[in-house]
Amino acid sequence: MEAIEILFTASLWAAAIRIASPLIFGTLGELICERAGVLNLGIEGIMTAGAFSGWLAVYMGADLWFGVAVAAIVGATLGLLHGVLVVPLGLSQHVTGIGVTLLATSLCYYFYRLAFPEVTSPPKIDPFQPWPVPVLSEIPVLGPALFQQTPLTYLAFVMVVLVAWFLERTPLGLAVRTVGENPAAAEAQGINVTWVRIGAVMAGSALMGIGGSFITLSAFNSFFFDMMNGRGWICIALVVFGAWRPGKALLGAVLFGAFDAYQLRLQQLAGAVVPYQFFLMLPFVLSILALIFMSRRVAYPRALMVPYRKGER
Amino acid sequence: MTLRNLHVTRRNVLALGAAGAMLPLVGLQPARAAGAIKTAAIYTVPVEQQWVSRIHKAATAAQARGDIEYVFSEKVSNTDYERVMREYCEAGNQLIVGEAFAVEDAARSVAKDYPDRAFLIGSSFKPDAAANPNFAVFDNYIQDASYLTGIIAGAMTKSGKIGMVGGYPIPEVNRLMNAFMAGVKETRPDATFLVAFIGSWFDPPKAKETALAQIDAGADLLYAERFGVSDAAKEKGVLAVGNVIDTQADYPETVVASAIWHFEPTLDAAIANIKAGTFKADDYGVYSFMKNGGCSLAPLGTFDAKVPAEIKAKVAEKEAAIKSGGFTVTIDDNEPKSS
Repeated sequence: MEAIEILFTASLWAAAIRIASPLIFGTLGELICERAGVLNLGIEGIMTAGAFSGWLAVYMGADLWFGVAVAAIVGATLGLLHGVLVVPLGLSQHVTGIGVTLLATSLCYYFYRLAFPEVTSPPKIDPFQPWPVPVLSEIPVLGPALFQQTPLTYLAFVMVVLVAWFLERTPLGLAVRTVGENPAAAEAQGINVTWVRIGAVMAGSALMGIGGSFITLSAFNSFFFDMMNGRGWICIALVVFGAWRPGKALLGAVLFGAFDAYQLRLQQLAGAVVPYQFFLMLPFVLSILALIFMSRRVAYPRALMVPYRKGER
Repeated sequence: MTLRNLHVTRRNVLALGAAGAMLPLVGLQPARAAGAIKTAAIYTVPVEQQWVSRIHKAATAAQARGDIEYVFSEKVSNTDYERVMREYCEAGNQLIVGEAFAVEDAARSVAKDYPDRAFLIGSSFKPDAAANPNFAVFDNYIQDASYLTGIIAGAMTKSGKIGMVGGYPIPEVNRLMNAFMAGVKETRPDATFLVAFIGSWFDPPKAKETALAQIDAGADLLYAERFGVSDAAKEKGVLAVGNVIDTQADYPETVVASAIWHFEPTLDAAIANIKAGTFKADDYGVYSFMKNGGCSLAPLGTFDAKVPAEIKAKVAEKEAAIKSGGFTVTIDDNEPKSS
């Protein structure tokens, strides 16, 4: 019975939104890349790089928002690397993406050690504090869950709307979608497929960088090796779950966050009976089930993972 | 440096070659040394990690004393562990310090191939003198100190609900949690425990979320096995008890007490044995016991005035009993459960 009651507590949903926030950024970033026809498996490394660079900038005295900007720029730079390798050079997107992840994570550890050769516990910064939205945060249940978060979480929600509007309502968004569906048709329209794809990968990677920085600037206050802990890979699955649509991707991220927050609370209740591994597994199992259910009639971008070579027939 | 002032003469080249030819001989010397012992440590995590940081600190101190020549590799993956071990052996290191929790077989096979070296390895298992006479094991057996922090925690909790967040339920984690729980029962027999594992050593945001969930469920004191737990406690204004390292400086209003591991007695015992030529497959776990100076209760610091005097007296009495051998904290490696 207690297990059901938990579902109606505001703290569960506040935790769900907190856990979902970095995933929302990462999923939106991956979604933009894939809508332009490029799979970006560099996401795990790009998020790590965002987490590290944003945190390092703040540690060295920069403003928190400047740290977020640094994370975005570092993300975009790694996106440029991935884009150049897979778009004009047409390399395998899987292999390149994994390569970018390995390179980015290792570089982070390398620079971390250069910057902090002799520390016994990782240095801390003052992270973003929760900022209750006036009036709205007073609403029972919904208020504490949605409107007493840190500013980066609000930014995540704003980005969902922005990305959806950009993709569906702007000429450039149409160009991004076209190069992901039918690059030859885009070319015939006078669109430069190469540049649009590289641009989309860079923009998407910038969002991934911001998602990573959420971990060190908002969810926590210091950088640890391996702290991304597979969050990037979850975003890849959430893009499929969201059927390549920002709104549904948001739903998926929040759902995953809710499953995770729920299992953390269930573990306390029944830890004595059911092994804890079962609960750790729960969000993933539920996500797979939801994925099967959600993606039955899904239409993926037609030119996803297909390199475009000009003039090729 | 230019080529000229390197003095590449025939004699120099020959001398260099001779020195190179001597190198393998260094490795052939038995595990006995007069001067500084060439020591290599191999860690699977960065030296910031709590457990490894204690080993690193002791080794750095031993190097400063001139007892050892210390080199280390951090964040070596388990799949790469054996190769790195062999490389350090080939490089002529006489003492190999490491952690074989996930690579028991590989580590023991390396020890077999280098019978003249000393291996001091963190392990959940016991040494096997017949198969590996040069493979000694250690672990953070700091249950004595954990027990004492439990006594204080039991006195400081108001709700009687204590949250515990761990990485994985492996023996070295379990035994400290169990000792802590036994200590709590001394001063708060009706205490209940919320136990959770996050399935990762390095995910502080997740550890923090787990701790927040426990605070939601009514816990007003947290056992901080992982980074991130004390942050949740600080944010919500509840108390925390530290483990392995002392973090009170970072959380002056949050961390009541900490059980500290001192690796120095373990390492110093190994160094003494190597110098005497008596290093063998011993269980160095006992050097982490309180009576051997391997663990201690951190100074209460900011909480010195807040912990009741009779509790401090009780802790002092138990501490004396542990040190004199009059009282032994039970070693229980079973997975702790919520109650």
